[in-house]
Amino acid sequence: MKLEVTTILAVLIVISLSSLLALTTAIPKAEWGGSDSQGMELIEQSLNYEPWSNPIWEPPSGEIESLLFSLQAAIGSLIIGYYFGRLKGRKESEK
Amino acid sequence: MHIAEGFLPLEWCVVWYLLALPIVAYGIYRAQKLREKERGVMSLLAMTAAFIFVLSALKMPSVTGSCSHPTGTGLGVVLFGPSITAFLSIIVLLFQALLLAHGGITTLGANTVSMGIIGPFVGWLAYIAVRKMKAGLLTSGFLAAFFADLVTYVVTAGQLAAAFPATKGGILLSFEAFFGIFAITQVPLAIIEGITVALALKLLQEHGVAVEMWKPKEVSGNEA
Repeated sequence: MKLEVTTILAVLIVISLSSLLALTTAIPKAEWGGSDSQGMELIEQSLNYEPWSNPIWEPPSGEIESLLFSLQAAIGSLIIGYYFGRLKGRKESEK
Repeated sequence: MHIAEGFLPLEWCVVWYLLALPIVAYGIYRAQKLREKERGVMSLLAMTAAFIFVLSALKMPSVTGSCSHPTGTGLGVVLFGPSITAFLSIIVLLFQALLLAHGGITTLGANTVSMGIIGPFVGWLAYIAVRKMKAGLLTSGFLAAFFADLVTYVVTAGQLAAAFPATKGGILLSFEAFFGIFAITQVPLAIIEGITVALALKLLQEHGVAVEMWKPKEVSGNEA
Protein backbone atom coordinates (compact mmCIF):
# COMPACT_ATOMS: atom_id res chain seq x y z
CA MET A 1 0.00 0.00 0.00
CA LYS A 2 1.34 3.39 -0.93
CA LEU A 3 1.47 5.74 2.04
CA GLU A 4 0.05 9.18 1.41
CA VAL A 5 2.07 12.16 2.62
CA THR A 6 -1.00 13.49 4.43
CA THR A 7 -1.37 10.22 6.33
CA ILE A 8 2.28 10.27 7.38
CA LEU A 9 1.97 13.86 8.61
CA ALA A 10 -1.25 13.14 10.50
CA VAL A 11 0.35 10.11 12.18
CA LEU A 12 3.40 12.23 13.09
CA ILE A 13 1.12 14.78 14.80
CA VAL A 14 -0.63 12.07 16.80
CA ILE A 15 2.68 10.47 17.83
CA SER A 16 4.29 13.74 18.91
CA LEU A 17 1.19 14.86 20.83
CA SER A 18 0.90 11.55 22.63
CA SER A 19 4.59 11.57 23.52
CA LEU A 20 4.10 14.99 25.10
CA LEU A 21 1.21 13.54 27.08
CA ALA A 22 3.31 10.51 28.05
CA LEU A 23 5.96 12.94 29.26
CA THR A 24 3.64 14.12 32.03
CA THR A 25 4.26 10.84 33.85
CA ALA A 26 8.03 11.18 33.41
CA ILE A 27 8.24 14.51 35.26
CA PRO A 28 6.24 13.72 38.40
CA LYS A 29 7.00 16.91 40.30
CA ALA A 30 5.87 19.29 37.59
CA GLU A 31 2.67 21.29 38.05
CA TRP A 32 1.78 21.67 34.36
CA GLY A 33 0.63 25.24 34.82
CA GLY A 34 0.57 27.63 31.91
CA SER A 35 3.82 29.34 30.91
CA ASP A 36 1.78 32.55 30.59
CA SER A 37 0.77 32.51 34.23
CA GLN A 38 4.31 31.53 35.27
CA GLY A 39 5.62 34.64 33.54
CA MET A 40 3.03 36.86 35.22
CA GLU A 41 3.73 35.27 38.62
CA LEU A 42 7.42 36.01 38.20
CA ILE A 43 6.59 39.69 37.68
CA GLU A 44 4.18 39.81 40.61
CA GLN A 45 6.49 38.04 43.04
CA SER A 46 9.95 39.29 42.20
CA LEU A 47 8.93 42.88 41.59
CA ASN A 48 5.86 43.22 43.81
CA TYR A 49 4.05 44.37 40.71
CA GLU A 50 0.32 45.02 40.91
CA PRO A 51 -1.51 44.86 37.57
CA TRP A 52 -3.05 48.28 37.04
CA SER A 53 -6.12 47.05 35.21
CA ASN A 54 -8.23 43.90 35.36
CA PRO A 55 -10.14 41.94 32.72
CA ILE A 56 -13.63 43.32 32.11
CA TRP A 57 -15.06 39.83 32.47
CA GLU A 58 -13.49 36.63 33.68
CA PRO A 59 -14.86 33.09 33.28
CA PRO A 60 -16.22 32.38 36.78
CA SER A 61 -14.57 28.95 37.05
CA GLY A 62 -12.03 26.63 35.47
CA GLU A 63 -14.87 24.53 34.04
CA ILE A 64 -16.47 27.49 32.32
CA GLU A 65 -13.10 28.61 31.04
CA SER A 66 -12.41 25.20 29.52
CA LEU A 67 -15.91 25.25 28.00
CA LEU A 68 -15.05 28.50 26.23
CA PHE A 69 -11.70 27.17 25.08
CA SER A 70 -13.31 24.00 23.72
CA LEU A 71 -15.97 26.06 21.97
CA GLN A 72 -13.24 28.17 20.38
CA ALA A 73 -11.51 25.04 19.09
CA ALA A 74 -14.79 23.38 18.05
CA ILE A 75 -16.09 26.34 16.06
CA GLY A 76 -12.68 26.75 14.41
CA SER A 77 -12.55 23.06 13.46
CA LEU A 78 -16.06 23.29 12.08
CA ILE A 79 -15.03 26.09 9.73
CA ILE A 80 -11.87 24.23 8.66
CA GLY A 81 -13.85 21.03 8.05
CA TYR A 82 -16.51 22.89 6.07
CA TYR A 83 -13.85 24.56 3.92
CA PHE A 84 -12.05 21.31 3.06
CA GLY A 85 -15.34 19.49 2.56
CA ARG A 86 -16.37 22.10 0.03
CA LEU A 87 -13.02 21.81 -1.76
CA LYS A 88 -13.39 18.06 -1.98
CA GLY A 89 -16.94 18.35 -3.26
CA ARG A 90 -15.91 20.84 -5.91
CA LYS A 91 -13.01 18.64 -7.03
CA GLU A 92 -15.28 15.62 -7.35
CA SER A 93 -17.95 17.47 -9.29
CA GLU A 94 -15.33 18.66 -11.78
CA LYS A 95 -14.38 15.09 -12.68
CA MET B 1 2.70 34.47 25.12
CA HIS B 2 -0.41 36.26 26.34
CA ILE B 3 0.69 39.11 28.56
CA ALA B 4 -2.20 39.41 30.99
CA GLU B 5 -4.40 42.47 31.44
CA GLY B 6 -2.62 45.27 33.28
CA PHE B 7 0.73 43.50 33.30
CA LEU B 8 2.59 46.06 31.22
CA PRO B 9 3.27 49.62 32.38
CA LEU B 10 1.11 52.12 30.50
CA GLU B 11 3.95 53.56 28.42
CA TRP B 12 4.79 50.10 27.05
CA CYS B 13 1.12 49.44 26.23
CA VAL B 14 1.16 52.62 24.15
CA VAL B 15 4.45 51.77 22.43
CA TRP B 16 3.25 48.32 21.32
CA TYR B 17 -0.14 49.66 20.22
CA LEU B 18 1.55 52.32 18.11
CA LEU B 19 3.70 49.67 16.49
CA ALA B 20 0.87 47.18 15.94
CA LEU B 21 -1.99 49.31 14.68
CA PRO B 22 -0.46 50.62 11.41
CA ILE B 23 0.54 47.09 10.41
CA VAL B 24 -2.90 45.70 11.25
CA ALA B 25 -4.46 48.54 9.23
CA TYR B 26 -2.19 47.69 6.30
CA GLY B 27 -3.23 44.04 6.69
CA ILE B 28 -6.92 45.01 6.44
CA TYR B 29 -6.12 47.04 3.32
CA ARG B 30 -4.24 44.10 1.79
CA ALA B 31 -7.07 41.71 2.62
CA GLN B 32 -9.56 43.99 0.87
CA LYS B 33 -7.33 44.28 -2.21
CA LEU B 34 -6.99 40.52 -2.31
CA ARG B 35 -10.74 40.08 -2.06
CA GLU B 36 -11.25 42.30 -5.10
CA LYS B 37 -8.66 40.39 -7.13
CA GLU B 38 -9.26 36.77 -6.18
CA ARG B 39 -12.68 35.20 -6.19
CA GLY B 40 -13.37 32.87 -3.31
CA VAL B 41 -10.45 34.10 -1.24
CA MET B 42 -12.74 35.03 1.64
CA SER B 43 -13.38 31.40 2.54
CA LEU B 44 -9.64 30.71 2.55
CA LEU B 45 -9.15 33.73 4.82
CA ALA B 46 -11.88 32.49 7.15
CA MET B 47 -10.32 29.03 7.23
CA THR B 48 -6.91 30.54 8.06
CA ALA B 49 -8.41 32.58 10.89
CA ALA B 50 -10.17 29.45 12.14
CA PHE B 51 -6.81 27.65 12.06
CA ILE B 52 -5.35 30.31 14.37
CA PHE B 53 -8.42 30.01 16.63
CA VAL B 54 -8.05 26.25 16.94
CA LEU B 55 -4.29 26.04 17.45
CA SER B 56 -4.13 28.90 19.93
CA ALA B 57 -6.89 27.27 22.00
CA LEU B 58 -4.91 24.08 22.53
CA LYS B 59 -2.77 24.18 25.64
CA MET B 60 -0.30 21.32 25.61
CA PRO B 61 2.18 19.98 28.16
CA SER B 62 5.84 20.42 27.35
CA VAL B 63 9.34 19.33 28.40
CA THR B 64 9.63 22.03 31.07
CA GLY B 65 6.75 20.64 33.14
CA SER B 66 4.45 23.48 32.18
CA CYS B 67 1.89 24.03 29.44
CA SER B 68 1.72 26.39 26.53
CA HIS B 69 -0.14 26.70 23.26
CA PRO B 70 0.83 27.00 19.59
CA THR B 71 -0.01 30.22 17.74
CA GLY B 72 -1.37 28.93 14.42
CA THR B 73 0.00 31.90 12.48
CA GLY B 74 2.39 29.88 10.28
CA LEU B 75 -0.32 28.92 7.79
CA GLY B 76 -1.48 32.52 7.39
CA VAL B 77 1.99 33.76 6.68
CA VAL B 78 2.64 31.18 3.95
CA LEU B 79 -0.74 31.88 2.33
CA PHE B 80 -1.15 35.62 2.79
CA GLY B 81 2.12 37.09 4.07
CA PRO B 82 2.74 38.87 7.37
CA SER B 83 0.40 41.90 7.27
CA ILE B 84 -2.83 39.96 6.70
CA THR B 85 -1.65 37.50 9.36
CA ALA B 86 -1.35 40.44 11.78
CA PHE B 87 -4.97 41.37 11.01
CA LEU B 88 -6.19 37.79 11.58
CA SER B 89 -4.19 37.51 14.81
CA ILE B 90 -5.61 40.64 16.40
CA ILE B 91 -9.14 39.28 15.86
CA VAL B 92 -8.24 36.09 17.74
CA LEU B 93 -6.40 37.99 20.48
CA LEU B 94 -9.33 40.39 20.96
CA PHE B 95 -11.73 37.48 21.27
CA GLN B 96 -9.50 35.78 23.83
CA ALA B 97 -9.05 39.01 25.81
CA LEU B 98 -12.77 39.74 25.98
CA LEU B 99 -14.29 36.29 26.40
CA LEU B 100 -11.57 34.20 28.03
CA ALA B 101 -9.73 36.83 30.11
CA HIS B 102 -6.69 35.52 28.27
CA GLY B 103 -4.38 38.38 27.40
CA GLY B 104 -5.96 41.80 27.74
CA ILE B 105 -7.11 45.00 26.13
CA THR B 106 -4.24 47.03 27.61
CA THR B 107 -1.75 44.41 26.39
CA LEU B 108 -3.48 43.72 23.05
CA GLY B 109 -0.91 45.84 21.21
CA ALA B 110 2.02 43.97 22.74
CA ASN B 111 0.44 40.56 22.13
CA THR B 112 -0.36 41.49 18.53
CA VAL B 113 3.25 42.54 17.98
CA SER B 114 4.57 39.20 19.25
CA MET B 115 1.99 36.72 17.90
CA GLY B 116 0.71 38.66 14.92
CA ILE B 117 3.68 40.61 13.63
CA ILE B 118 7.27 39.80 14.61
CA GLY B 119 6.80 36.02 15.03
CA PRO B 120 5.04 35.57 11.68
CA PHE B 121 7.42 37.99 9.99
CA VAL B 122 10.46 35.95 11.03
CA GLY B 123 8.62 32.80 9.95
CA TRP B 124 7.96 34.44 6.60
CA LEU B 125 11.63 35.39 6.18
CA ALA B 126 12.65 31.81 6.98
CA TYR B 127 10.09 30.60 4.45
CA ILE B 128 11.36 32.86 1.68
CA ALA B 129 14.98 31.98 2.46
CA VAL B 130 14.52 28.21 2.22
CA ARG B 131 12.17 28.57 -0.76
CA LYS B 132 14.96 30.43 -2.59
CA MET B 133 17.20 27.46 -1.83
CA LYS B 134 14.68 25.29 -3.69
CA ALA B 135 13.24 23.66 -0.58
CA GLY B 136 9.82 22.05 -1.08
CA LEU B 137 6.55 23.61 0.01
CA LEU B 138 6.13 21.28 2.99
CA THR B 139 9.65 21.78 4.39
CA SER B 140 9.39 25.53 3.94
CA GLY B 141 5.91 25.61 5.49
CA PHE B 142 7.17 23.59 8.44
CA LEU B 143 10.00 26.06 9.03
CA ALA B 144 7.72 29.08 8.59
CA ALA B 145 5.39 27.77 11.28
CA PHE B 146 8.21 26.63 13.55
CA PHE B 147 9.84 30.05 13.56
CA ALA B 148 6.58 32.02 13.67
CA ASP B 149 5.59 30.06 16.78
CA LEU B 150 8.95 30.07 18.58
CA VAL B 151 9.88 33.68 17.81
CA THR B 152 6.48 34.83 19.13
CA TYR B 153 7.47 33.56 22.56
CA VAL B 154 11.00 34.97 22.33
CA VAL B 155 9.43 38.38 21.58
CA THR B 156 7.10 38.04 24.59
CA ALA B 157 10.16 37.32 26.75
CA GLY B 158 11.84 40.40 25.27
CA GLN B 159 8.79 42.59 25.84
CA LEU B 160 8.57 41.57 29.49
CA ALA B 161 12.33 41.96 29.97
CA ALA B 162 12.23 45.46 28.49
CA ALA B 163 9.34 46.47 30.77
CA PHE B 164 10.76 44.73 33.84
CA PRO B 165 14.56 44.82 33.84
CA ALA B 166 16.13 43.11 36.86
CA THR B 167 17.44 45.58 39.45
CA LYS B 168 20.83 43.88 39.33
CA GLY B 169 21.71 42.52 35.92
CA GLY B 170 19.22 44.62 33.96
CA ILE B 171 17.32 43.60 30.85
CA LEU B 172 19.59 40.71 29.92
CA LEU B 173 19.09 38.89 33.21
CA SER B 174 15.32 39.25 33.16
CA PHE B 175 15.27 38.25 29.49
CA GLU B 176 17.05 35.07 30.49
CA ALA B 177 14.41 34.39 33.15
CA PHE B 178 11.45 35.02 30.80
CA PHE B 179 13.18 33.16 27.97
CA GLY B 180 13.50 30.14 30.25
CA ILE B 181 9.78 30.22 31.02
CA PHE B 182 8.47 30.89 27.52
CA ALA B 183 10.86 29.84 24.79
CA ILE B 184 12.14 26.46 26.03
CA THR B 185 8.58 25.26 26.70
CA GLN B 186 7.68 26.26 23.18
CA VAL B 187 10.18 24.21 21.16
CA PRO B 188 8.23 20.90 21.03
CA LEU B 189 5.01 22.80 20.39
CA ALA B 190 6.59 24.70 17.53
CA ILE B 191 7.60 21.38 15.97
CA ILE B 192 4.02 20.06 16.23
CA GLU B 193 2.70 23.29 14.78
CA GLY B 194 5.18 22.98 11.91
CA ILE B 195 3.93 19.49 11.02
CA THR B 196 0.31 20.66 11.24
CA VAL B 197 0.94 23.54 8.84
CA ALA B 198 2.77 21.21 6.44
CA LEU B 199 -0.29 18.93 6.51
CA ALA B 200 -2.67 21.83 5.86
CA LEU B 201 -0.53 23.06 2.96
CA LYS B 202 -0.37 19.58 1.45
CA LEU B 203 -4.17 19.28 1.63
CA LEU B 204 -4.66 22.71 0.05
CA GLN B 205 -2.22 21.87 -2.72
CA GLU B 206 -3.88 18.52 -3.42
CA HIS B 207 -7.18 20.34 -3.87
CA GLY B 208 -5.67 22.79 -6.32
CA VAL B 209 -5.67 25.86 -4.08
CA ALA B 210 -2.98 28.36 -5.05
CA VAL B 211 -0.85 28.83 -1.95
CA GLU B 212 1.45 31.88 -1.61
CA MET B 213 -1.38 34.31 -2.37
CA TRP B 214 0.86 37.17 -1.22
CA LYS B 215 3.03 36.79 -4.31
CA PRO B 216 2.35 39.11 -7.23
CA LYS B 217 0.87 36.98 -10.01
CA GLU B 218 3.58 37.73 -12.62
CA VAL B 219 6.29 36.43 -10.31
CA SER B 220 4.53 33.29 -9.17
CA GLY B 221 3.87 32.36 -12.81
CA ASN B 222 7.59 31.94 -13.47
CA GLU B 223 8.25 29.58 -10.64
CA ALA B 224 7.75 25.89 -10.64
